[in-house]
Amino acid sequence: MQDNLKSSSYQQLEQKSKYTNMFLRWFLYFVLIIFASYFIFPLYVMVVTSLKTMEEIRQGTLLSWPSGLNFDSWAVAWGGRGYGAGDTFLKPYFWNSIKMVVPAVFFSTFIGAMTGYVLTKWRFKGDSWVFLFLLFGCFIPFQAILLPMARTLGALGISNSIVGLVLVHTVYGIPFTTLFFRNYYVSVPTELVKAARIDGAGFFKIFFKILLPISAPIIVVTIIWQFTQIWNDFLFGSTFSFGEAAPIQVALNNMVLSSTSVKEYNVDMASAIIAGVPTLIVYVLAGKYFIRGLTSGAVKG
Amino acid sequence: MFKWLEKNLPKIVMAPAVGLIGWFVYGFVLWTLYISFTNSKILPKYELWGFGQYEKLWASRKWLISVDNLLVFTALFLIFCIVIGIILAIFLDQKIRAEGVLRTIYLYPMALSFIVTGTAWKWILNPTLGIQKMFIDWGFENFTFDWLVNREMAIYTIVIAGVWQSAGFVMALFLAGLRSVEDEIVKAAKIDGAGLFTVYWRILLPMMRPVFFTSFVILVHISIKSYDLIVALTQGGPGISTTMPALFMTQAAFHKSQVGLSAASAMMMFMAVAAVIIPYLYSELRRENAR
Repeated sequence: MQDNLKSSSYQQLEQKSKYTNMFLRWFLYFVLIIFASYFIFPLYVMVVTSLKTMEEIRQGTLLSWPSGLNFDSWAVAWGGRGYGAGDTFLKPYFWNSIKMVVPAVFFSTFIGAMTGYVLTKWRFKGDSWVFLFLLFGCFIPFQAILLPMARTLGALGISNSIVGLVLVHTVYGIPFTTLFFRNYYVSVPTELVKAARIDGAGFFKIFFKILLPISAPIIVVTIIWQFTQIWNDFLFGSTFSFGEAAPIQVALNNMVLSSTSVKEYNVDMASAIIAGVPTLIVYVLAGKYFIRGLTSGAVKG
Repeated sequence: MFKWLEKNLPKIVMAPAVGLIGWFVYGFVLWTLYISFTNSKILPKYELWGFGQYEKLWASRKWLISVDNLLVFTALFLIFCIVIGIILAIFLDQKIRAEGVLRTIYLYPMALSFIVTGTAWKWILNPTLGIQKMFIDWGFENFTFDWLVNREMAIYTIVIAGVWQSAGFVMALFLAGLRSVEDEIVKAAKIDGAGLFTVYWRILLPMMRPVFFTSFVILVHISIKSYDLIVALTQGGPGISTTMPALFMTQAAFHKSQVGLSAASAMMMFMAVAAVIIPYLYSELRRENAR
C-alpha cells in the first residue's frame, strides 16, 4: 500500500516534469528559430531584391517574392550596361581582388609557417619575446600605420597598385599566420624533430619531411582566415588604391554610393551578393576550418 | 662560414618576419607618434610642436562626438553581442536537432565584409522602401522607422548591424567553452539536485570567465576599429552624428590635410586598444607559463 502510493506520486511527478520538459523544448526551438530568422533575414532580402525589377520593388515589400527568376540586375552588376563612361560594374574589380588575394595569402601563409616552425622547434634565447613582438601586430589599430604606409608605398612607386596591396596584406597578415602555425606546431612532439636531427636531417628537410605533411589542417585554417580577411578588407583597399586598381569591396562601396540618376536597389543587392559570394562559399564548404580559425586566434588550447 | 650559416639558419629564417613587423608595425607607429607632436598639415613636418595637436583634438567638437558615439556603440554592442551569444550557445548546447544548420546560420555574417552587410542593412533600413514601407503595407499606417536618417537614432542602426554581424562569433566562443567542460561536473551537480538553470547560472557560466574576457577584448577591439560598417551604412551622417574615431582619422588624414591632427587621433585609438590588449596578452602569457 505504502509502496503503491509512493510510486504513483512519483509517476505523477515524472509526468509533470515531462510536460514542463516538452514545454521547455518547444520554447527552446521557438527562440532558436526566431534568432535564425533575424540572422537569415538580410540575406533573404538581398537575394529576392536582386531578382526583382525596380517596378516590383516599388510595389511590393521587402519580403515579397519576385515574380520570376530575373537575373538582369546581376548581369548589370557584373558586366555593366555596355555604354562607355560612368558605367561601373564589378567584373574588373573582382579580378583585381583575385590578383591581390592569391599572392598575399600565399606569402603570408608561407612566412607564418616558417616563423611558427622556428618558434617551436628551433627555440632560441628570447624566442617567447619574439613571439610576443610579432603577436602584438594582431592588435594594433591600423589607423596608426596608415599615414606612413601611404608614404612608403609612394616612395616604392607602388601606391595605387595591386602589388602595393599585396605587400600591405602580406605584412599585416604575418602576426596572425605566425600565431596559427606556432600554436599548431607547439602540440607536435619535439622528440620527432630531435630524432631527425640526430639522424642528420637539416632545417629544411625536417620542415618538409616531418612537419609539412601533418600541417594540412592548419594550412587550410590559415588560408581560409587570410582569404576572408583580405577579400573583405576595405580600409587598406580604400586608402591605398582608387580607380582601376581598387579591389572589389571598394568598387562595391563606390557603386552603391554613386548618386547618379535613380537608385537601383536590385543592382546594389546583386553587386553586394557578388562581392560576398566567394567568402560565403568558402564558409559553407569549409565552415569547420573557418570557425577553428576564428576561435583559435582567440581561445587557445 | 658554412657552419655559421647552418647554426644560425633558424634565426635567418625568422629575420624577414621580424624585420617586416619591426619596420611596418613598430617603426610606423613610432613615426605616427612623432608626427602627432608636430604641426604637420598637408605634408609631414619634422620640427616638434609639443602637445598642440592633442589640445586641438580634444577641443574639436567632431572628435568629442566621435568618442561619445564610440562609447555608446561599444557599450550596446558588447551587451547585446554577449547576451545573444550566451543565449544561443546555451540553447544550442541542449542536444538540439539540426544544430549544425542553426550554427551555420548564426555565424555566416562573419564570413561577409562590413561593406556587403552594410549595403544590405542600408537598403533594409531606408525609410522609403524598406522596413517602414513593409509595415505600412501590412496595415500599420502610422508606423515610422527612420533611424537611418534621424540624427538622434542613426547610431543605433550601426549597433543593429554590428550586433547582427558579430553575435554569432560570441556564440561560437561560448559554445566551444561549454563543450570543453567535463560532463562529470554537470552530472555531479544534477545528482545533487541542481536544475538546469542552476547548473548554468551557478556552475557553468562562472567557469566561462576566460571566455567572457576573450569576448570582451575582441568585441572592444572590433568596435574601436569600426570603420567599414559606418562608411557603408551612414558615412558618418546624417551630418556628423555617427562619426567614430576611425572615420575621423582617415578623413583628417586623406581629405582634410590635417596630417598632424589625424596622427594624434590615431595615437588615441592606439592607446585605447593597448589599454585593453596589454592586460589581455599579459594574462594569456601567464596562463601559458603556468602550464
